[in-house]
Amino acid sequence: MDKDDLIVRFAGEGGQGVVTSAEGLAQAATQTGYNAQTFATFPSQILGGPTWTQTRISVNPVLSSGDELDILVCFNEQAYLNHSNSLSPEGVIVYNSAEFELTDNDSAIGIDFDELAKSTGNTRAANMVVIGALAELVSMKQDILDEFVTKKFTRGRSNDQEIIESNIKAMGLGRNEVKQRGISIGQLNPSKKPDYEQVLMNGNLAISLGAMHAGVDFFAGYPISPATPILLFMEKNLPAKGKFVFQVSSEIESITALVGAGFAGAKAMTSTAGPGLSLMSEGLGLAWMAEIPLVVVNVQRGGPATGLPTKTEQSDLMSTMFPAHGDIRLPVIAPGSVEECFHGAVTAVNWAERYQGPVILMSEMALSERNQNMRKPDLSKIPVEKRLVNMDTNGYQRYGQSGVSPMPIPGGPGSYVANGSEHDGIGDTTHLAERHVQMTHRRWNKIKVLEDGDFEAEFTDSAIALVPWGGTKGPAREAFDSLIKSGADIGWLYTMFLNPLPPDMLALLKQKELVIVPELNYQGQFSMVLRSLGVNAISITQYTGLPFKVKDLVERVTEQIESYKQGNK
Amino acid sequence: MSAKNPEYDFKWCPGCGDFGVRRALESAIQQRHADTGIAIENNVVVAGIGCSGNMVHLLEGDQPFGIHGVHGRTLPIAMGVKMTNPDLNVVVVAGDGDFLSIGLEHIGPQAGRNLNVCAVVMDNGVYGLTKGQSSPTSEIGMITSSTPYGKVEEKTHPLSLYLTLGVSYIASAMSSKVKDLATTIVDAMEHPGFSIVHVQSPCTTYNDTYELLKGSVKKGIEPQAWAIPDDHNSSDIRAASDLLSRGGIPLGLLYKDTTRPDFQSRIDSMTNMSGSKSTQDILDMLAI
Repeated sequence: MDKDDLIVRFAGEGGQGVVTSAEGLAQAATQTGYNAQTFATFPSQILGGPTWTQTRISVNPVLSSGDELDILVCFNEQAYLNHSNSLSPEGVIVYNSAEFELTDNDSAIGIDFDELAKSTGNTRAANMVVIGALAELVSMKQDILDEFVTKKFTRGRSNDQEIIESNIKAMGLGRNEVKQRGISIGQLNPSKKPDYEQVLMNGNLAISLGAMHAGVDFFAGYPISPATPILLFMEKNLPAKGKFVFQVSSEIESITALVGAGFAGAKAMTSTAGPGLSLMSEGLGLAWMAEIPLVVVNVQRGGPATGLPTKTEQSDLMSTMFPAHGDIRLPVIAPGSVEECFHGAVTAVNWAERYQGPVILMSEMALSERNQNMRKPDLSKIPVEKRLVNMDTNGYQRYGQSGVSPMPIPGGPGSYVANGSEHDGIGDTTHLAERHVQMTHRRWNKIKVLEDGDFEAEFTDSAIALVPWGGTKGPAREAFDSLIKSGADIGWLYTMFLNPLPPDMLALLKQKELVIVPELNYQGQFSMVLRSLGVNAISITQYTGLPFKVKDLVERVTEQIESYKQGNK
Repeated sequence: MSAKNPEYDFKWCPGCGDFGVRRALESAIQQRHADTGIAIENNVVVAGIGCSGNMVHLLEGDQPFGIHGVHGRTLPIAMGVKMTNPDLNVVVVAGDGDFLSIGLEHIGPQAGRNLNVCAVVMDNGVYGLTKGQSSPTSEIGMITSSTPYGKVEEKTHPLSLYLTLGVSYIASAMSSKVKDLATTIVDAMEHPGFSIVHVQSPCTTYNDTYELLKGSVKKGIEPQAWAIPDDHNSSDIRAASDLLSRGGIPLGLLYKDTTRPDFQSRIDSMTNMSGSKSTQDILDMLAI
């Protein structure tokens, strides 16, 4: 049986090699021309705890982590007990026979991963034993895997050759175990290597690199799951002359330091999650009011309060778009894939500079730890923007015009007071009604310069549209493709620019009789926003801490289409 | 503001200590300009929320840049400004409520980093702008609008607190001694690290302490304020601590440590350790 796609879940205890095996498979697959995506969940503790990572590889672009498992790799018995019900009927279990035995299961293959690795002389090659076994199960050729191992371990060290050989040997040992049992789950079709360079990375890294390309030169952050890797990346890679990166003492310190930095001319950024965003409320309001460019990355997790720190949810849309008291609605960019994380980060910094105010880049746990292959960005083609700077003399009315105006930078001409109280043109506090009206209009007018976001639109003739946002894009797209294949009458509209929405997309949305928004929260937050804009939107919600399954989406969207048709009869 | 702005209608009460602090700060900024030739626009005044924060709008003459931010966050805002452009002279102006109540959490971290900014704290022992509630430096038992039966908490001792937190320059002053105060602020601005000039700046409406500070022979009131003797060794932290144990309010330079590197030097030495890769370098490393 030929297969286009393979779904493998690795489950066990933290520290057993669950993640290295899953990421190893994704790396091997990408390097051999397949598309790959991983999905990870972690326990919120330092050592151990039940953990699992899923890797899906395919000859086609991978849109979701996949519903039913072709292979379950169990590193301990608990993993088998917790996950075997996710296996497809034809699925196979590969388990660590040093931990437990599965005697009455014909499609279970016991392998002592560590013992076999040890026999190659390289105790760290246990994940290669696993990958070898998986490759054999889908009849993947060894030569492409040899190539992968050679490339991975050619690091210019004297023992490179030794390590390469032991890893290839480990793969062979894994393969033998499967061969002996004579089990196969079909042949994975050959990959089509793209004619462009690719990179494999996760959402947090993509955001970090996008921000770096966009010229972020001031980064202050505070550790918080699942956003911490962005801070760690910046601490390691950003320091250079004229750049500042620091772990500060709280999210309140982060946001207010960013206000000072943005005021003084820096491209300032921080990364956080829900609890940190809540603490940043007042500072974000100040940046909006005083017109200070800065970017906050909010990697969503389950909430409220401490909530589910290591699970995924899309429940921060309201607090991200309306984070502070007063009349405020922040520009929000919510990427839907790892590639969009990169481009979204560049745009977030560009937007902040262009409209001179705070921008939120909203990611989510499922994207932050998801490894995905993407086209390597051609940096020479990705424009980087800088704010308009005032070169006028003193006495300049910094807040004097109706839209974006050149910003004075301390040390240069045009001194003013960046004021969080309502103010006049030069920044002095005022309570005049007409001034508050004028300045409110000014602040809202500035948003118009951000209405250049692009969007995807397909089957726009349909009266119904599927409109996912953020990380739900992938599973929703897979469900959409399947619905179209089965003849459903439904269109597709998608953008990562949630505020301001691209005006042409909003116009299309308003024409629809029904807009269906799948989202990972209880209230249906994006459809609430869309309804406030005059769109007839309803939500399909889930709040389990996990992403949508494609088959659930197909079912639930079909139900909505059916009930719409019933209503029209 | 450089000229009278009819829209800006905020006023300090007659006799407010903040008038004296304003004159001292104007004079210190002018003095620095005269001494170094560095433009006035190279100064940034970061103001807290409260009567004292309005200083940033009330300064006369050539105008520095200013930020009038949110309550309690002057220090991290100042850090953002200073660490973006170390050439700027950054001055924080805040009151005892802003700096020592809601903003207290920010003093320790900046002391540990030795952030090179100068904070001028105007202490009137009361929340004036919100009409007379108790503050960290109000006396225990004091009747205020929020403590109708007397303040329950002990008062905070700001100078001891700064010393304990490791602030590298601590001076204490009186708002009515404008010339001394101006000289102190110039010295504090020149200090290569975190400096605090703590100023007794009485509120004539809600907590008029002029008489208590200066004393009154007629009424038999011993002055609370006393001058730090000339022979005090301000580089000796134990001597500073001993002075504080005498009680009352010492005036003058309490402590000054110029041996510790400031935040920028610490960051610079870290920067020298990093490999500094470009986005392109990292993408090339990740390429498959």
